[in-house]
Amino acid sequence: MSKQLYWEDIEVGSQVTPLSKVATTQMLVKWAGASGDFNPLHYEDTFATSQGVGKPIVHGQLKRAWLIQLVTDWIGEQGILKKFSCQFRAMDHPRLMKDMSEPQEGETWWCKGKVTKKYVEGGEHYVDCDIWIENGKGEKTTTGSATVALPSPILSC
Amino acid sequence: MLPQEIVQLIGKTGEITVLEVEKGAIKKFADAVGDANPLYRDEEYARSTGFGGIVAPPGFFGWPTKWKSAMPFFSEIRQEVVDTIAKAGYSRILDGGIEYDFYHPVRAGDTLSALSKVKDIREREAKAGKMILSVIETTYTNQNGDIVAKAHQTLISR
Repeated sequence: MSKQLYWEDIEVGSQVTPLSKVATTQMLVKWAGASGDFNPLHYEDTFATSQGVGKPIVHGQLKRAWLIQLVTDWIGEQGILKKFSCQFRAMDHPRLMKDMSEPQEGETWWCKGKVTKKYVEGGEHYVDCDIWIENGKGEKTTTGSATVALPSPILSC
Repeated sequence: MLPQEIVQLIGKTGEITVLEVEKGAIKKFADAVGDANPLYRDEEYARSTGFGGIVAPPGFFGWPTKWKSAMPFFSEIRQEVVDTIAKAGYSRILDGGIEYDFYHPVRAGDTLSALSKVKDIREREAKAGKMILSVIETTYTNQNGDIVAKAHQTLISR
């Protein structure tokens, strides 16, 4: 695990450590199995076309799970995710597979975030941040926010 | 004005559904996200942390006995809302996002019960035309009676 983040390490404007992801058709099939969302919109070309989205699209719930990972990776094991929200702004289309395990060339997505507020409430040390996913063109296709509680070795002594 | 049959759904609750949080399902979920965190798969490691054992990633609540999916997005009450609104002429559904409040970790071996409720339904005039926003609240409670999380899911019907 990465090193523990402390409340003192953070200022308003601090960056959440970015997390990169590559959505592939294979990943969406895996997600369908793990989540139970078998909507063919996410893996069948003809169906996706008939629904007006052109090509299969990345599950919103998977993008949400990426953003949760962004936050939990950043806050470490002693950090607690208290509140999380996200909205889907635009569709994302997965890369196709080149072979059994490698995706074709294409887009890479970046999960990112920025601290918007830092405060103490009821003895807990909170940080609010804006979080989002950028597609290969740098457009935010998913946006959200998170509130986390972080350990504070200085203030709890 | 929303038709009466839609207004009547506000405040309605679905049935309680039981969710089993299995260790294997947690790992499979984390694998699908691409999250290699050992807390979700390595018993020995997880036991050495403050969690004391394998936990689920926030947002994963195991597999339900009644819903079709591990997510609350296929609950019966959600379907009733979607169907009723579709009958009024808004049959295209978009995911309007989700909000979670997390209170306690979900652990491997937990049995959760989930209860979904229609929190709100309202009309909104947007650039793209009239739409109906529905908010479904799902409360997850563990076997000890602790509320572990609440989810507020927004559906957009157009």
